[in-house]
Amino acid sequence: MADAHDKAHEGGYKVYVVTWFWLLVLTVLEIGVVLTRIPRLVMVLCLISLALLKAVLIAAYFMHLRFERISLAYIVTTPLILATILFFALVPDATRVLGIR
Amino acid sequence: MSAEDAVMEEQRVLASDWGGGKSPVGTSWGKLMMWLFLMSDALTFAGLLVGYGVMRMSAGRWPYQYNIFNINAVVGPMTFILICSSVTMAAAVAAARMNDHRKVRLFLGLTILGGLMFLSMQAYEWSHFIGEGARLTTNPWGVPMFSTTFFVITGFHGSHVTSGVIYLLVVAGKEGRRRYSAETIEIAGLYWHFVDLVWVFIFTLLYLI
Repeated sequence: MADAHDKAHEGGYKVYVVTWFWLLVLTVLEIGVVLTRIPRLVMVLCLISLALLKAVLIAAYFMHLRFERISLAYIVTTPLILATILFFALVPDATRVLGIR
Repeated sequence: MSAEDAVMEEQRVLASDWGGGKSPVGTSWGKLMMWLFLMSDALTFAGLLVGYGVMRMSAGRWPYQYNIFNINAVVGPMTFILICSSVTMAAAVAAARMNDHRKVRLFLGLTILGGLMFLSMQAYEWSHFIGEGARLTTNPWGVPMFSTTFFVITGFHGSHVTSGVIYLLVVAGKEGRRRYSAETIEIAGLYWHFVDLVWVFIFTLLYLI
């Protein structure tokens, strides 16, 4: 861990350029997924997975979470977990409103 | 609990991360406070995006965004610019760690330029969308919530980019006169990367899905 930390401090720009490259690849993939005519559910799942992957790359390398203590990483993922819980808690309401319409 | 157990328990607590005298997350207060701010900001965005998802589900139908927004020529490049500005921001932090203050200013300048380009493209996109008849509560595509959620969420994100540009201008301006520590640049970078991170979800959920 300490080694990784030191490396991030001294390593220069390489890790950021590699992260940038993968973020671009994932963005192009996202647009590609939309343009292919795959079933909607598969498309949504692909897009959400790709978005999460991009978010992890940004947080881990650009925001240096990879080089912080793991406890900080656990703390900062809570909004994502809460948002997921909130969404699934509200899905029954959304489908009910849809049924009324 | 016997006296011996009590002493053992006290020692266990003192030896743990929460016993005091230690920083459980091992960062400076400045960085931790920025993270806490970003978490509360993330919850606001989470509320907006979940609200969008629920409204969209309950609406039943939704306009096909690819026919309305110019994703290949405007929104895609906006995403590209924001990712590029994130990498120049990360490079500014790396330069600050290497004590290369000329490069810090250069990379901060490029990041600000990226932010301004993103904002001008967003202004173009908004005016195009408004020109087609979209308003906050009505639009020609028959689903009022389509334009409401679009304006509120991209507007809220755009105001974050604007604040970020101002924040970076202040940091870059002061950096010119006195040397900032690498950590001050890094904390400003955390905010900028967060804005990029939120855009990842907005781009996916509002434009692509």
